[in-house]
Amino acid sequence: MASKRFNALPGFGLTMGLTLTYLSVIVLIPLAGLFLRTSEMSAAEFWRAATHPRALAAYRLTFGASFIAALINAVFGTITAWVLARYSFPGKRFLDALVDFPFALPTAVAGLTLSSLFAKTGWLGRYLVPMGIEGAFSRLGIVIALTFIGLPFVVRTLQPVLEDLERETEEAAATLGAGRLRTFFTVIVPTLLPAILTGFALSFARAIGEYGSVIFIAGNKQYYSEITPLLIFVHLEEYNYAGAMAIAVVMLIASFAMLGTINLLERWASRFQL
Amino acid sequence: MSGRVKRRIRESTNKSQRGADETPLVKWTLIGVSGLFLFVFLLLPLVNVFAQAFAGGIRAYFAALTNPDTRAAIGLTALTAAICVPVNAAFGVCAAWAVAKFEFRGKALLITLIDLPFSVSPVVAGLIYVVLFGLQGYFGSWLSDHDIRIIFAVPGIVLTTLFVTFPFVARELIPVMQATGNEQEQAAMTLGASGWQTFWRVTLPSVKWGLLYGVILCNARAMGEFGAVSVVSGHITGLTETMPIRVESLFKEYQSTASFAVASLLAVLALATLILKSWFEWRQERQFSSAQIPEPEVVDSSRPGRP
Amino acid sequence: MSIKLQAVSKIFGETLAVDSVGFHVADGELVALLGPSGGGKTTVLRMIAGLEMPTSGDILIRGQRVNDLPVQKRNIGFVFQNYALFKTMSVHDNIAFGLKIKKWRRAERESRIEEMTELFGLGGLGKRYPHQLSGGQRQRVAIARALAPKPNVLLLDEPFGAVDAKIRQELREWLVRLHHDLNVTTVFVTHDQEEAMEVANRIVIFSRGRLEQIGTPREVYEQPANEFVARFIGVMNVLEATVPRGSARAGELEFPASGAPDGTQMRIGFRPYAVAVSNDLALYPYQAILVHTYFLGILLRVEFELPSGLVVRGRMTKEEYAVLGLENGRRVSIQIKAYRILARDDAPLGRELVSPISTPPHIAENI
Repeated sequence: MASKRFNALPGFGLTMGLTLTYLSVIVLIPLAGLFLRTSEMSAAEFWRAATHPRALAAYRLTFGASFIAALINAVFGTITAWVLARYSFPGKRFLDALVDFPFALPTAVAGLTLSSLFAKTGWLGRYLVPMGIEGAFSRLGIVIALTFIGLPFVVRTLQPVLEDLERETEEAAATLGAGRLRTFFTVIVPTLLPAILTGFALSFARAIGEYGSVIFIAGNKQYYSEITPLLIFVHLEEYNYAGAMAIAVVMLIASFAMLGTINLLERWASRFQL
Repeated sequence: MSGRVKRRIRESTNKSQRGADETPLVKWTLIGVSGLFLFVFLLLPLVNVFAQAFAGGIRAYFAALTNPDTRAAIGLTALTAAICVPVNAAFGVCAAWAVAKFEFRGKALLITLIDLPFSVSPVVAGLIYVVLFGLQGYFGSWLSDHDIRIIFAVPGIVLTTLFVTFPFVARELIPVMQATGNEQEQAAMTLGASGWQTFWRVTLPSVKWGLLYGVILCNARAMGEFGAVSVVSGHITGLTETMPIRVESLFKEYQSTASFAVASLLAVLALATLILKSWFEWRQERQFSSAQIPEPEVVDSSRPGRP
Repeated sequence: MSIKLQAVSKIFGETLAVDSVGFHVADGELVALLGPSGGGKTTVLRMIAGLEMPTSGDILIRGQRVNDLPVQKRNIGFVFQNYALFKTMSVHDNIAFGLKIKKWRRAERESRIEEMTELFGLGGLGKRYPHQLSGGQRQRVAIARALAPKPNVLLLDEPFGAVDAKIRQELREWLVRLHHDLNVTTVFVTHDQEEAMEVANRIVIFSRGRLEQIGTPREVYEQPANEFVARFIGVMNVLEATVPRGSARAGELEFPASGAPDGTQMRIGFRPYAVAVSNDLALYPYQAILVHTYFLGILLRVEFELPSGLVVRGRMTKEEYAVLGLENGRRVSIQIKAYRILARDDAPLGRELVSPISTPPHIAENI
């Protein structure tokens, strides 16, 4: 792996050796173990476990809710990033710092407090539930939790791009006679779109794997509000290893596909860099 | 994260009202929309944690926290973090040194592999260790023959936490170390410093804030991890419950106030993390922007292949 | 301490960065490694320091082969192009670093630091951090840091590259004085021929990894070993010429080329100072128009266009310019007093040839 080129700094062999060893022991070998174990199953067995109706319902729910949550974050995250990058107003620094809150807050706490907020007696639930909006113990709750979890991604991906955006290009558009809205859609949006998509993908990728926050708020009813990670958990508790592993492999493949997509998006996003 | 370094420099230039800007009405509408969004999704949940925790009064709050099982959970969480954070910090420094200071083939792949745990669902992270060490796992029978418990015991909790917090320090340090370059180290060596002396006296001080930033994020995740730990913990009250797991079990027992009391500690941890993080970020930026030595007019490119 | 390189080569991957270079630096000398970017001069300097390993060949310091001696043990002072000051340490701690590593006793260390800060005009700046210093101050800290542990040799990589033009001049003079006072063997890398000419005792010229010439500033200017050196050191007019009947022609200009068969292609080179100019249109054989005048201080660079469109660059003092009553657009007559026949870039040059027509006395020599 290492080339032979001389570098006056020492320690490459030592640090690289330790890095590869530790990476293998903690990450690669355990992951390989799962794939190896799964490969012991017959194709039919695997297919049956991976496409069980209960699993299919869980996939649909997980991917659907994650998609909606990522979409909400794409819209509001873009507005938030715009506001934080462009305007100055009282409390801005506080809001800016607050955006990272979902990264720092343990997911269990997030789930707990969100479910309490949207429950019938909660601060929001007491107004929303009478209006027919059940935020807790429902599919809507899953979307709410996943929105919370993925909120920082779009904002933090977009913010540096917005700050680097040359305002001269907008002014150039204005001097050429373009109105603000036209400038926004013809000059700004095309520049931001790759970053928004990247943020969306990051938020989506995070949401499909999320477990902690969702199980507090979802109600966890089979075929209705049971997300995929929960199904893996349930299978494990029932000692149904085959079922758990098959679904986990599906999840991993989905995650790796998302990782590849995000890498491609990031490369695409940097294509206009001068 | 590379935008972090640039951000502060740009911030001051964007303040003035420009001719091509939106009208104030549009501006304040946008601020209002995003403010409301952040209020509902971030601020309200945060305040709610403390409101619920103190709903039964201060007495009940402290009673909940001094419960022996809760205290055991706090102890286990602290133990887990005390093991995982130093180990992953040491690994992160190693990996960052190898990746940032040297050129080799497969570097991009290595960085992707280091980031891998971020894209694995926590439940799957727990599962892979069950597959290895569980009763039906690869080493399961050997382990039970030798009466070693990993799954449903503390070692399993530590292992899965190591997995989920694996990338934090490395991915913070790599860009910082890359940005500081190799020249200071080479200068130290021409002055006679050995590898270790160079590392301790030159490299470490110049990446200190980046390292602390990574450590604090690693710690937050180590203390707060729920999904992965939940799979391998076995939820044995007083023995294998970490704080987040304790939050869940109290919640399931309908002890809402106690559950929120434990949660409030974790929320304080999150707030402290945010504050420290902003501070480290600020120090790191300051170090970068102020220590920037002007670029030379002519860059000699007679050293091919050097980054 | 003397430095000697014997057939040193360095290969980076596929690129031959340094190609069998050998030269000798005497004890106490101040030598410049000069060449265009990518010429291999920085690599040579880094190999002397031990920051790069030669692929083949030997490096000797004070007669000792140091190839296998790690950088820490070579006792060299190295000044990096961007100084590489320790950003997290004060000026005092930067200078103290090498002394601490070499385990100087505290009292001696402090007095040495004092001595260095005095010598380098850094008094009162000890507590400052690198980011609180000006470019010139940073450079002096870098040199003080390198010199504090009393190295055998001082190596500087483009020492004047990162400061602005005005400070650069001061620093050059200062480096010459410093070298004179301390008499430590010094090698520095530069891409600026003027800088090398002004500062160094001897100049080693590199291009594309090869050593082109080594000599005193005067030697490399007056007796360039090949066309590359001739063109790199100072300005040179280079014309493509062909031989019709015994003399080489480029536009109107004719140069005797006895013996060359008809149709030979050759190149003719001459320095701007070899262009004689007169406002008497009959004095010299070629008619030309002054098209551009560049003011370079006391010297002027002038460009003449001949009727064929050929452009010739000349050089004169302000006084001469005034005496001749020149201005852009004036018609003049010119002659090339001395020229060389150039062959390929790297072939040795022939002697400078004198044109058969005598030159008037009022043209300044040795410009």
